[in-house]
This record gives sequence, structure tokens and C-alpha cells, in this order.
Amino acid sequence: MLGTSLLLAFREIRRHLMRSFLTTLGIIIGVAAVITMVSLGRSVTADISDQISSLGSNVFFVFPIEGDRGQFRPFDERDVVAVREQIAGVKSVAGQVEANVTAIHNGQDWDSKVEGVNNDFLDARGIEIDEGRRFTEAEMEAGANVCIIGPTVQDEIFLPNQSPIGERLRLNNVDCQVIGVFATRGSVGGNGDDDNSVLMPLTNVQRRFTGNDNIGYMSVSYDASYDSATMTNAIVNLMRERRVLLDGQANDFDIVDTAQINETVQATVGTMTVMVAAIAAISLVVGGVGIMNIMLVSVTERTREIGIRLAIGALAREVRLQFLTEAVVLCCFGGLVGILLGFVLSYSLASVLGFAFIFDPGINVLSFVVSALIGIVFGYFPARRASQLDPIEALRHE
Amino acid sequence: MSTGPLIELRGITKTFGEGAAAFQALKGVNLSIERGDFVAVMGPSGSGKSTTMNILGCLDQPTGGVFRFMGQEVQSLTKDQRSLLRRRYLGFVFQGFNLLARTTALENVELPLLYRGTPKAERRAAAMRSLERVGLGPWADHTPAELSGGQQQRVAIARALVTDPEVLLADEPTGNLDSERSIEIMKFLRELNQQGITILMVTHEPEMAAFAKTIVHFKDGLVERIEAGEGITA
Ligand SMILES: Nc1ncnc2c1ncn2[C@@H]1O[C@H](COP(=O)(O)OP(=O)(O)O)[C@@H](O)[C@H]1O
Ligand SMILES: [Mg+2]
Repeated sequence: MLGTSLLLAFREIRRHLMRSFLTTLGIIIGVAAVITMVSLGRSVTADISDQISSLGSNVFFVFPIEGDRGQFRPFDERDVVAVREQIAGVKSVAGQVEANVTAIHNGQDWDSKVEGVNNDFLDARGIEIDEGRRFTEAEMEAGANVCIIGPTVQDEIFLPNQSPIGERLRLNNVDCQVIGVFATRGSVGGNGDDDNSVLMPLTNVQRRFTGNDNIGYMSVSYDASYDSATMTNAIVNLMRERRVLLDGQANDFDIVDTAQINETVQATVGTMTVMVAAIAAISLVVGGVGIMNIMLVSVTERTREIGIRLAIGALAREVRLQFLTEAVVLCCFGGLVGILLGFVLSYSLASVLGFAFIFDPGINVLSFVVSALIGIVFGYFPARRASQLDPIEALRHE
Repeated sequence: MSTGPLIELRGITKTFGEGAAAFQALKGVNLSIERGDFVAVMGPSGSGKSTTMNILGCLDQPTGGVFRFMGQEVQSLTKDQRSLLRRRYLGFVFQGFNLLARTTALENVELPLLYRGTPKAERRAAAMRSLERVGLGPWADHTPAELSGGQQQRVAIARALVTDPEVLLADEPTGNLDSERSIEIMKFLRELNQQGITILMVTHEPEMAAFAKTIVHFKDGLVERIEAGEGITA
């Protein structure tokens, strides 16, 4: 019986290809929109999460902020040592200070920044050396004129087939020797290109560029077996004590946790995805109403045909099944085309926007099932109407 | 069951509408039809011929009276049971042919078998045989729009025959055809009757009624008289 209905449904749809296509347009667009939104949401979350993990995992950033009496007190090397030595679970602590510079080599100049760091910084932030080497103890101690350049600096100043190792580079009026190139760190949206950077021993940058002992912020990496809340507490307590903050006074420093950033961003993007997909899903319902509309027209138009079928001996439920099947087949067809269109759209949008395309089988299957359900829900009423026609009346219908 | 007449109408009445607008189309029709008969139903327009045919075809229910088909009281059956009676024992031919448009002759003829759940190959073969029986084998792939009126009516007959029905009901089957085509159809119906199918046919043309074995005259919702047709001797 279902086979017969399927056969009849396919015959009918084939006979009205154009109309069938237009009828399902609502479903097609609805499904495509939902899939595109959800896929893009996935791509964006994955991309952000990627960027955040490029900051290193289990890392805190601690930086000074303005306190409640308007005071701004920068960190210095003693804070770094205190955190490293007084808090259990800390793996490495690295201070960083930076300044904008113009890098010049062989008459090529390029606007970049110099970051004063030690090898600890490379560890805390998971920065790999692509070519050359890290700093030596002696270089860090003495604040030697050596530097590790970022891939962007290499691309902009050095020739493609030329190794920069051992070359001399001038930063403003400080002359230094390139000892390494670090591998790409990626960049966190808004912060600019972290690969457009020159790393130099911390004391050298403090002496030659910033002119004081201050440290911009600390990167604290900790053992994964410690949980982030415990670590945060320990750091807050230590820093409050060192900065002599009384009870009731606000922290004049802030701690940012990469895991926490990640969670917040994921949750935000997730909520937005759900909202946009829900709006797109409304067009699916509108598509369902479109199907019902056309099916009702079709029942009226085919009243005579229904009369003939009933006269020949079709049971009411067979006629109902025929029209219901037709609606469901239409919706499934619309669902399939919508999935295809959604795939094409999300793939091309992802590549235009520069995200990695992520195929989510779940939303595809769900869209298809929902399409079929819409066919059942919105096809039922017209199908019931068809099955309740009186054969004689129907036969007389012009 | 097989002892009584194939079809038996006792005091059949049919009223359309209610109250002041009520109209009694049948006022107590009595009629028995034996297996193998070829009956022509005649009478003025509005005398209740089509109403009677619809009741006989289990498409409509009488308001009163008893309708027995193969010994079974049809008025006590459910809608679905009546559909199954139509499916198994009855073939219909209508004045307006009533073929599905944009559907080939073969698919039209296949239709009743589709509802019987006959497998595809068997269905195709039976439909083809039926079309050949009415001389339309070569037109199997044509749609009604591509066929003449006479050919369309033969497709309709092929569709009615494809299930090997007990009874063929035809309401003015030649009403839309010229006399040459009409006589062709009548000769064919007579042939079918000779092969054993009981035929009931409404017509108002005496030349067509002449093919029947029995002629039933209707008037004002009643059977006026029954006479033997020439078909008996032909
Ligand atoms: N569905 C209906 N509703 C109201 N009146 C009807 C209906 N069907 C038939 N009639 C009336 O019943 C009478 C008999 O109709 P019918 O059996 O079609 O006559 P005919 O002998 O011409 O075939 C006519 O007067 C017709 O108007
Ligand atoms: Mg009539």
C-alpha cells in the first residue's frame, strides 16, 4: 500500500516538476538556512577556540589595572619571581614588556614591535622555534643584542630564499643579531598580528626601549593537575599582599584565564548560533504552510481524479495515504535539496570568511527528519480532506 | 448465495436534501437482475436512472429499501466494505470517460490493479491485454488528450475490464459519441456480455438499447415497465 502511494506520489511530482520545485522552495531555503547558520557557527567557534589555544593551555595572564583610588602600579621582575617561587603548581612565569619599533635591514623597513621576554615566555606561551635557536642564559642575563624574529617580520624584510640567521637587524637605533625565527603563533582577534614581532631579552628591552624596570604583564602557566580556581585564588592573595591592599579595596590587577575566555566565547557563539538557527527554522514552518497551501489547491484541482480513484475502489485511507505521501515526498525532496544548498553555502561562506569548513552530520540528519515531519504535519489536513470527498460529488466536479 | 438474483432492489427510495428542499428522486424501485443479463435502462431525463446506477455501483446509499448484491445487503456495509465490493466485482464506464489526464492509456488501465496490490509485471501485462481486448494495444502510451472520444471510452472500458468484474455499469457510455462510434462500443459491450459479464447500461437512444437483452423503463423515480430487448435474438 505504501509502495503504491510512493509510486503515485513520484508520478504526480514528475508530472508537475516546476510546481513541485516551487512548492518546496520554502523548505529548501529553510533547511539551507538552518544548516548554513549552524555550520558557520561551528566554524567560528572552532576558529576562536583555535586562536585561544594558540595562547597556550593552562595559562593565566596577569596585568595591572587602575585601582579604586585611581592608582596604576606596574609589575616588575620581583613580582615575577614571587609568583614563581611562592605559589605551588606554577610551572613557569614570564614577564613581558613591549614597544613599537621600526625594523630595518638592507634598506628595507617595516613597522613592528619588540617584545622583551625570556625563554620562560616561550615555554609559557608554547612558542616553537622554526629556525635557529632560543636565548642562552648569558644572553638573557646580560641583555644581549640578539633577537628572535616572527614569521611576518621575516617575510617582510628578508628575501624568501635568504636565511635571516646571523643577519643584523636594526630596531629604531638599536643594532642586534638575528638568532632565530619562531613558528607562527596565530593571532587573537583584535590584538593584531602576533607574528609581527621581534623577541629580545627582557632586560635589554627595559634598558634600551622602555627605559624602566616595569613589566607589562605576566604569563603564568600551571600544572594541569591544579584547577584554575585554586590557582587564581593563590595569585590574587599573593598579589594583594605584595601590593598591600586592605580588605574592601578592589584589586588593582586582573587575571585572565584562557580556559575561561574559551568557555565564555564558546557559550556566546553557541547562543547566537541557536538564535539565528531558530529564526531560520521559522522559514521551515513557513515552508510547511506553503506545502499545505499547494496541497489544498491540488486536492481541489484533482477532485475528479479522487472521484475516479474512489469509484474504482480506492479506500479512503488509501487516498489519504496517497496525498500524505505526496506531501512527505515533496518535503523530503525539499530537505535533500536544502541540505545540498546548505552544504554549498556554508562551504563557500566559510572559505570566503576564512574559516575552516566543518561538516556537522547531526544537523543534516535533523534537518531531513524535520522536513519529513513537516510533510506529515502540514500534509495531513489536505490529505484528510481528499479522503473525505464523496465519490459522486467528486466525479461530477468540473 | 448464488441461488438468488445477482442484483436485487426492493422498494429502494432515495431522497436528496432535507425539509422543504427535500426531493425524492427514487420512490420505491423494484428490480432483479440475473447473472449474464445485458440490461438497458431508459427513461426521460431526471427520472432517476443515474441515481439508481450510483446505488447499484455502491457509490451512493439508498434512503430506504433493500439492495442485495450477490445475496449481501449492501446498505448495512461500511464505506470501506463498499469500496472493496467495487474493487472486486464492479467495473464502471462513465459518460464523461473519466480518465486521468496527463496519464497514459496503459497507466489508466493499470489503476484498479494498483489498488489490488498486483505486482508490477503482472499489472503491466494484464493492462496491456485489456487494452488489446478493446483494440487499443498500439495506443498504450498515449494520453487521453491524444485519443479520440471513442478511443477514450474504450480505454475506460479496458480499465473497467482489467479486474475481470462480475458486473459492468455504464451510465450513458455513448452519450458523448457519434452514432458510428456508439455502435462500435455497443457491439463491443455485446461481445463482453456474450463472454459472461453482466452489463447494466443507461441510454436514451433506442438504437443502443436494441443491443440489450432486457430494457428497463424509468419514469418519475419508479420502474415503469420491463421489456425484452432485441439483443436476445441478435
Ligand atoms: N445530489 C443531488 N442532489 C439533489 N438532487 C439530485 C441529486 N442527484 C440527483 N438529483 C435529482 O434527482 C433526480 C434524478 O436524477 P438522476 O438520477 O440523475 O436522473 P437521470 O435519470 O437523468 O439520470 C433529478 O431531478 C435530479 O435533479
Ligand atoms: Mg443521468
